Amino acid sequence: MINLNINGRDIQAAPAANLLNVLRAEGVRVPTLCHLEGMTPTGACRLCVVEIEGQQRLAPSCALQVSEGMRVQTHSPRAVEARKTIVELLLADHPDDCLYCPRNHSCDLQDIAFELGVRQRRYHGAREFKPLDLSSPAMIREPDKCILCGRCVRVCEEIQSVSAIDFVGRGAKARVETAFEQGLNVSSCVYCGQCVRVCPTSALHEHSHAEQVMAALADPQKTVVIQHAPAVSVTIGEAFNVKGDCAPALTTALRRLGFDRVFDTAYSADLTVMEEAHELVHRVTTGGALPMMTSCSPAWIKFVETFYPHRLAHLSTCKSPQQMLGAVIKAIYAPAEGIAADDIVSVAVMPCTAKKFEAERPEMGRDGRADIDYVLTTRELIDLIRMRGLDLATLPGDEPDMPFGERSGAGKIFGASGGVMESAVRTAHQIIAGAPLPGQIFKAARGQALRKEAQIQVGEHQMGVAVVSSLGEARRLLEELDAGRDDLHFIEIMSCPGGCINGGGQPTGLDLKAIERRAAALYAVDKDAPLRTAHENPQIQALYAAHLGAPGGEISHALLHTHYAPRDILR
Amino acid sequence: MTDAVQAVLEGYPQARRDALIPILQAVQAKEGYLSTEAVIAVGQHLKLPTSKIYGVATFYNQFRLTPPGRHHVQVCRGTACHVKGSAAVLSGIQRALKIEPDQTSKDGEYSLEVVACIGACGLAPVVAIDGAFFGDVKAEDAAALLARAREMEVGDE
Repeated sequence: MINLNINGRDIQAAPAANLLNVLRAEGVRVPTLCHLEGMTPTGACRLCVVEIEGQQRLAPSCALQVSEGMRVQTHSPRAVEARKTIVELLLADHPDDCLYCPRNHSCDLQDIAFELGVRQRRYHGAREFKPLDLSSPAMIREPDKCILCGRCVRVCEEIQSVSAIDFVGRGAKARVETAFEQGLNVSSCVYCGQCVRVCPTSALHEHSHAEQVMAALADPQKTVVIQHAPAVSVTIGEAFNVKGDCAPALTTALRRLGFDRVFDTAYSADLTVMEEAHELVHRVTTGGALPMMTSCSPAWIKFVETFYPHRLAHLSTCKSPQQMLGAVIKAIYAPAEGIAADDIVSVAVMPCTAKKFEAERPEMGRDGRADIDYVLTTRELIDLIRMRGLDLATLPGDEPDMPFGERSGAGKIFGASGGVMESAVRTAHQIIAGAPLPGQIFKAARGQALRKEAQIQVGEHQMGVAVVSSLGEARRLLEELDAGRDDLHFIEIMSCPGGCINGGGQPTGLDLKAIERRAAALYAVDKDAPLRTAHENPQIQALYAAHLGAPGGEISHALLHTHYAPRDILR
Repeated sequence: MTDAVQAVLEGYPQARRDALIPILQAVQAKEGYLSTEAVIAVGQHLKLPTSKIYGVATFYNQFRLTPPGRHHVQVCRGTACHVKGSAAVLSGIQRALKIEPDQTSKDGEYSLEVVACIGACGLAPVVAIDGAFFGDVKAEDAAALLARAREMEVGDE
């Protein structure tokens, strides 16, 4: 340990520790707009500058190692004044439209400007009026709001290995752009939304479906059904200061918003496991493409279509839980309830921006109608709940609608990296060993690591399984496979680090602890669930008995499975 | 990919990202600019995302992303030329050609580039057309100057 002094207080820190991390651990808050924990520091925004005794210049704490005897002043008049001036300069050409901005009240630039006491415009920069990029079905780029912090560029490159965007031009003309400055829809962007989640302003935000959903809710002719993904109910409470899972209050809130049926996507997560387990057994016994890779994460699908088209046969043909439930609602439920095809509106709340793109994929639907009409992100739903004057903290709980309100704990943990694998292992264990998995826990799949692997014994066969989150880690694994690795049979892949609980449609911000809390909440729901496995779900059994026949059957294939195609675009 | 680009890339087997700028320079020397196809081919060769190469190509002034015209017009905006009114000269030429700097006129005849200083301050303000220097240029001379460039070419032939 080495000794240093922060604002007059002697403290100890690990040698070569990052100064910003040390400050944070000491409870000293230094603002930053570009820092991303665990990633290469760039010192781009300069907001974290501090005074170091004996050094003439202010130093960016995010890019500085502590050293023995270092004496740091974080809030000296000089440091604070420098920060304030930086923010004033950032605001010099920033649109003054906070009241109309999607990030009003959740904008880092706004918060920091307020904190630093910026109350008037001292600098007037020339405003450029750059066009919005509305080309993607998932998200919108608003270049006028960009402050060039580079978080999106780094997340896209370092975490996701996609690099759809980069800095273009130089000096005052520098901007974040796609290759050849074309729309996102023709770039290699996979719509994961990690850039949206880390953007400190509104330069990147989702393509909102809130207005269309409100219009549908106001139309008495329409029956509007909604499904919410497992990650949503363990996240949405954060906006209302409620801890843990909020599913019962969320159900009430959705009813009060006017939704006619409230369903749980964890139901179709159970359905997905039934289909996927069958598909895996089929592949193993008939010599199909192995390892089989999960297909629940639409950004991952687009990633394979774009970068690894020769691996498309390895993707499970199962649709994602959102699309499975969408298909079952429109093809089976609506006719059974006597709802005309034109009168049902199917909405999904997802922690994801890519789900908006998935819902619009032309292969998802039938007779010219999409299975899912609108997708709201967790953020959009929070806004709608607030707009309706509701507070999850005070709402009574309610039960979801049947039959698609019944779910197992295994379906619920789909929201975390490893959840799909664990659910599949529980069901496989029961089928093959004829007894439940001890404790219904598959420990190897749990935790926040980006890669988790295990060898499991299934009957006489040993099977290699891997759980991967983030597309960067997925790329590393695919490269291993391309290099000849052949010990894996089943791979779960989620596009966002940590899984859907850290999805691109989740509340913006960089709180890694929040991800752990959301995961803990999911596993707590599972632990207390009366049903722990997909195959035991009585409503799943009923669906097969009444409509689908057996997993992997003809009707399943028509409704619940799909196919993929290579994408010939700029990589 | 054109043969020229192919030839350049063959000169850089097993190259890594640090070879990017020399490769782009070589491609531009052969083709006069960096075409979309060339940028993509370089990306595939170096296993670099297209966005990165586009970022580098737009960062440095030396790279062009549009094909040069048959006549390349360089307007000096160095200090001496600035003092002697090169801003007006530049806008005069822009008006005459109906293009912005770094663009090529629709008929492919002229491309326009702004340069920092071409080392002929005594002649300020200076315009260079296809390497030939014209000194003491006035904004209203722009059209006549461009016409002369075409005549010079006719004369050459």
